[in-house]
Amino acid sequence: MTDLAWIDTAFASARPQALGALLRYFRDLDTAEEAFQEACLRALKTWPQKGPPRDPAAWLIFVGRNAALDSVRRGRKQEPLPPDELLSDLGDAEADMAERLDGAEYRDDILRLLFICCHPDLPATQQIALALRIVSGLSVRQIARAFLVGESAMEQRITRAKGKVANAGVPFETPGAPERAQRLAMVAAMIYLVFNEGYSAANSEEAPLRAPLCDEAIRLARLLLRLFPAEPEIMGLTALMLLQHSRAPARFDDEGSIVLLEDQDRSLWNRAMIAEGLALIDKAIRHRSPGPYQVQAAIAALHARATRAQDTDWAQIDMLYATLERLQPSPVVTLNRAVAVAKLHGAEAALELIEPLAPRLSGYFYFFGVRGALLQQLGRAGEAREAFNQAIALANTAAEAAHIRMHLDRLQQDGTAEAG
Amino acid sequence: MLYAVLCYHNEAVTEAWSKAEDDAVMTRLAAVQEPLARQGKIGPVARLLPTTAATTLRSGVGEPLVIDGPFAETKEQLLGFYTFDCASLEEVLDIVRDLARANPGGSYEIRPIRIFKPGTAGS
Repeated sequence: MTDLAWIDTAFASARPQALGALLRYFRDLDTAEEAFQEACLRALKTWPQKGPPRDPAAWLIFVGRNAALDSVRRGRKQEPLPPDELLSDLGDAEADMAERLDGAEYRDDILRLLFICCHPDLPATQQIALALRIVSGLSVRQIARAFLVGESAMEQRITRAKGKVANAGVPFETPGAPERAQRLAMVAAMIYLVFNEGYSAANSEEAPLRAPLCDEAIRLARLLLRLFPAEPEIMGLTALMLLQHSRAPARFDDEGSIVLLEDQDRSLWNRAMIAEGLALIDKAIRHRSPGPYQVQAAIAALHARATRAQDTDWAQIDMLYATLERLQPSPVVTLNRAVAVAKLHGAEAALELIEPLAPRLSGYFYFFGVRGALLQQLGRAGEAREAFNQAIALANTAAEAAHIRMHLDRLQQDGTAEAG
Repeated sequence: MLYAVLCYHNEAVTEAWSKAEDDAVMTRLAAVQEPLARQGKIGPVARLLPTTAATTLRSGVGEPLVIDGPFAETKEQLLGFYTFDCASLEEVLDIVRDLARANPGGSYEIRPIRIFKPGTAGS
């Protein structure tokens, strides 16, 4: 590893805490970012010779704060900047900082930093871009690549988002328990958005460009979980993302087409991610306080635990979807449940379950895909073809459309076989 | 003498590693272990999942208390361990220096082992 590589890693891992603390001091995002930037520049000068400080975050906060204060003072023509040698040997000051940083204060700093990215006025795409820029410290270029948009468009998106956040006013008072819980829920939702942005790759060519968003979302969730180690929903969220992302290597075939869960080569699934996901869901369940992320993670865990697709515990999955319907009623949840019902009680029962959803899901690709597949199983080829055609018309990506066309081709072949 | 080498590092740092970096570190560490394995000097080795996956059972008077996460809040976390069969502390230190070169950062606690039961799970 080159010198710069370890320093980059140190910056990335210290960033949320350091930037969060600087934001608390200066109460202004731009000033905080400049201070952090300045601290990083000084670190690049001193760390390669002196080695990493014991607590890089504390070092960056201390140096960043002083640098920003100095630039204010310089404006007033007072003391000059202290020489770099003094800054690089922080000794006691660093220990003192670390002491003061301990505990709840920096926890709220990091939560605040994440929370300002979830402002309700910001559309999802801006929330995600802002979080990746501010909290994760990804470059505009990296973010643009992952979003498959141009760099200047992304630059604009981030600038607009920052402007909105600045105008909205950042809440600096220490949150009470209810505010903290609310912030945590919003931050969790935002992290899951980041994940889904990465997960929604349409084919195997996009997947590697977007996968970093999934990794980053998981890193943010682990960070949040370290700050709030006893929050079962944060365990659930982290587990859910790990279990979903564990299947990434099996989600597309060599031609770039989607491979359905039951057809995936399970030996390609990432075992370390599965182990961590299962450990987290086990921990979460002990709290006996179920929430949507935990239930979804529990469903993903049942898929992860099945060595072969036919070993899947569909009865348990059906029950979990029923729980999810209660916690978070949505036609999409019922639609997902229908897949489990079809496995357990047959296509007829599943079709009965989803028929009432038609008015609410009439614009949803996946609804017609599931409906077509169920009709196909029941041998109602004509209706199945109609549903598949509707699905193709609503497909969001070429890969989705191609996947449905495969079903249609199969129908065609069956029809020919029957006729012949 | 048997030694356990407990590896401590700030897991926020190791989690910030890219996949490529992580793979490179693992490859370098494997290269250090390989000759030791041939000489029969290396025992069980483990890399632990993040502390967020940990649970602690705190035993005291009455029912033990089960809490989430590791018991101690520290800057560096126990992220893995090695076991070695070495003639002297100097020999272990040489090995650990190699490990530290392969994976810079963090610290290694070298603890002579009192009772050792390698068991069979996971082998």
